[in-house]
Amino acid sequence: MYIIDRRLNPGGKSLANRQRFLRRAKAQIQRAVRQTAGDRDITDLERGGEVSIPADGVREPSFRRSGEGGVHDHILPGNKRFVEGDTIDRPPGGGGGGSSAGTSGEGEDDFRFALSREEFLDLFLEDLELPDLAKRRLATVEVQGMRRAGYSVSGSPVNLALLRSMRNAMSRRIAMRRPKPSELLKLEEEIELLEKEGESEQLLELRQKLERLRLRTRKFPYIDPFDLRYRRFEPVSRPVAQAVMFCLMDVSGSMTEHMKDLAKRFYMLLYIFLTRRYKHVEIVFIRHTHEAKEVDEDTFFHSPETGGTVVSSALREMQRIVAERYPPENWNIYAAQASDGDNSPNDGATSAALLRDVILPACQYYAYLEVGSDHDRMQAGFINHKTALWQTYETLQEDGASIAMRKVNHRREIYPVFRELFRRRDAEARVP
Amino acid sequence: MSLIDKDTLLFHGADWDFGAIQGVYDAVEQIAVGEMGLDVYPNQIEVITAEQMLDAYASIGMPLFYKHWSFGKRFATHEAGYRQGLMGLAYEIVINSNPCISYIMEENTATMQTLVIAHAAFGHNHFFKNNYLFKEWTDADGILDYLEFAKSYIARCEERYGQSAVEKVIDAAHALMSHGVHRYPRKKRPDLRSEERRERERQIHQEQTFNDLWRTVPSKSGVAKPALSDDRRRALLELPQENILYFLEKSAPRLQPWQREILRIVRQIAQYFYPQRQTKVMNEGCATYCHYRIMTRLHETRQISDGAFLEFLQSHTNVTRQPEYDDPHYGGINPYALGFGMMQDIERICTQPTAEDRLWFPDIAGCDDTMGVLRGVWANYRDESFISQFLSPHLMRQWRMFHLVDDPDRPELVIEAIHDERGYRRLRRALSRQYDVGWSDPDIQVVDVDLTGDRRLILHHNVLNRTLLHKDDAQRVLQMIANLWGYDVLLKEVEATTGAIFQEHVAHPHETLF
Repeated sequence: MYIIDRRLNPGGKSLANRQRFLRRAKAQIQRAVRQTAGDRDITDLERGGEVSIPADGVREPSFRRSGEGGVHDHILPGNKRFVEGDTIDRPPGGGGGGSSAGTSGEGEDDFRFALSREEFLDLFLEDLELPDLAKRRLATVEVQGMRRAGYSVSGSPVNLALLRSMRNAMSRRIAMRRPKPSELLKLEEEIELLEKEGESEQLLELRQKLERLRLRTRKFPYIDPFDLRYRRFEPVSRPVAQAVMFCLMDVSGSMTEHMKDLAKRFYMLLYIFLTRRYKHVEIVFIRHTHEAKEVDEDTFFHSPETGGTVVSSALREMQRIVAERYPPENWNIYAAQASDGDNSPNDGATSAALLRDVILPACQYYAYLEVGSDHDRMQAGFINHKTALWQTYETLQEDGASIAMRKVNHRREIYPVFRELFRRRDAEARVP
Repeated sequence: MSLIDKDTLLFHGADWDFGAIQGVYDAVEQIAVGEMGLDVYPNQIEVITAEQMLDAYASIGMPLFYKHWSFGKRFATHEAGYRQGLMGLAYEIVINSNPCISYIMEENTATMQTLVIAHAAFGHNHFFKNNYLFKEWTDADGILDYLEFAKSYIARCEERYGQSAVEKVIDAAHALMSHGVHRYPRKKRPDLRSEERRERERQIHQEQTFNDLWRTVPSKSGVAKPALSDDRRRALLELPQENILYFLEKSAPRLQPWQREILRIVRQIAQYFYPQRQTKVMNEGCATYCHYRIMTRLHETRQISDGAFLEFLQSHTNVTRQPEYDDPHYGGINPYALGFGMMQDIERICTQPTAEDRLWFPDIAGCDDTMGVLRGVWANYRDESFISQFLSPHLMRQWRMFHLVDDPDRPELVIEAIHDERGYRRLRRALSRQYDVGWSDPDIQVVDVDLTGDRRLILHHNVLNRTLLHKDDAQRVLQMIANLWGYDVLLKEVEATTGAIFQEHVAHPHETLF
């Protein structure tokens, strides 16, 4: 009999098969992933997790009998009251008798399984890319970390390098000619043997030698503090790319729940996307009516507020926070603004100036998302109605400022719009 | 209790190490081989992690397998179930090979490892080595080498012809797997070791004898070949043929050699697993009976502690539990429970027969040689014949079995037989029939094709009990057959006795496969 320990064998034997499976069901999984994404929280989305796809696409058909029609026999255990010839009414809902029938309709069930975080996001964000940042320096931040750096003679006991210490001890013992235990043993035996024969000169000599060796053994210990070595660590600083994402939203009375929902979905996507690119992403929520305030996520999306609309207040708040906490040379700054497009008439110029001179130079990317209600679309069709904010930003854009602007009316447009904003630019754009 | 000499125990507590496993193995072997007279392949026990167990699950328990998306799908399902805690993992997987490989999980306690060794390394192992179906249909010496060959062959095909082309062939072959076995012994015993050599030689022969000139030889025109009679034509193609994969491999006119080889690989593997499908109850019954007996002996000889024995009993009763039909947990008859129940019943008949047993089982009642009888049973029966031969009235009463018939022509369900004097034989026959794969798998045969004519392949499904095929699935599989065959395929569902046709399915080939 052999016992073989396979535990250390490389795992992931099914990985190749799993990838084949994912590729085969890719279209369906992708749809499922995007659907799932709609039901989750911003930060929750990146955990990966369970998706379910219609079993149809990954069905493995075989010739089998259908569960319906025909005579079926069942042998069942646990008879309590039946005798031969008894009849039982059919259980409602199908021709299956007994409890084992009626399970053959499995083909219609959904097929559930778990995707890992990477698989989930890969499918979710496939062929998206951060906008072309060639002209911008990607700011980085130094982070302190520890790195192994050789050995030292002092340190804490947990860092004791056992192998190295013992090796030192051994070489010292050899160099100092510390007697080996076996040598001593041999000498003792010899003495014992001679002692039986009686006293002699040789015996005396050997005894002296033994004494000398024992003294030497005591003088040179087996292991000495001098031998000890410790693993040494030294701090290093590593550049870490970090990003901050500003979510700006108009929460004045004219923003409906529907519009906020649209905005939330967009922020969610942006957040996930950034976390894929940067190790460390922070989010700042700024909501504004006629005045702006930094709030937490819950308040941002759910707490009602009333008041007028002054966009520049939010931009000013952002400017303040950037100056205070996120110096642009250390942080990649992304901002996304969602609004229904209203702005007080006299604020347009202020906002434009603020954006052009302060905000945009600090930002890697600025996206403006105009959210509309469901029925807006028809109007837009023939009147081509432009909101105040849209007009302001359009002028900015025409002057060469890099603002991405999109209008969204329905939930299903969010993802296409997002994809459009971050679509991978084709090769010709990248190769000079 | 404190008088027990601690030294007789094989292990203490739940922890184990390789020395303990070796000790347990030796003790188990002494009982299994020495006392019970089991005859086993040499054992190889491999310790694996839960993740590796999931891997093994995905490829039907085999240690190496070719790559296919369906295994990935299986892995995904098992993994999801395992993670959510819906599904526990098996304690072991055992492979019918020589040496016999048993996988045991590292999470198992020492008691569980003992149980697993007794169950798999001796119970299943004995069954694999001695049962006539396994001897007839499987080649335990060659299977691992063959799987290795299959894996590398399919990988080479993928490199050469592209993954999707290979995948299509495997998809189709998998769909036909249940109809890719020979049910009756053929002249040659399976010899998987020579398969690889055969394939290579064929390839070399083909390359050597290839001569492009043949292409230019003008064919004889005007001389019509005498038309073969229908019977002669069918006989040449070995029709009717129920092994559809075999027929396609040998006769499909448009398949490439490598496509045929893939069909052959899938067919060989289906054939290898064929006996396991027919002996589920016996195989598990044999293994469960063995582990029960071995564990009991180990406890009697004080080699395992009372605590360990209780732990064993707890998992043993879990495995052999049979919920009654009206229990919400009822999911059909548990093969472990039925198998174990019948083995124990045979033991009872051998040692303490009643007058009824003497009447029903005159050959074995009171013979007192339980192991001799059981070894004979394990060697010479499959589930269907085993049940129809050895299910005793005593056990039917104990289980309170009854036979329910669901006939759509009748307004109500009818109790056909119960566990009484009038019903025993009918009940037993009905149950044994459910374990007959020839009865439970739809009977589909290739009946006719005119290779010189329109080459339309005609299949018949001989309908039993008026149960037709699952329509959607049948159409899909038929489409795959058509793709392999290269011409139209027609499937008729025929009443076996009257010849009346219930339904017809037709499929036309997609050109994309070629």
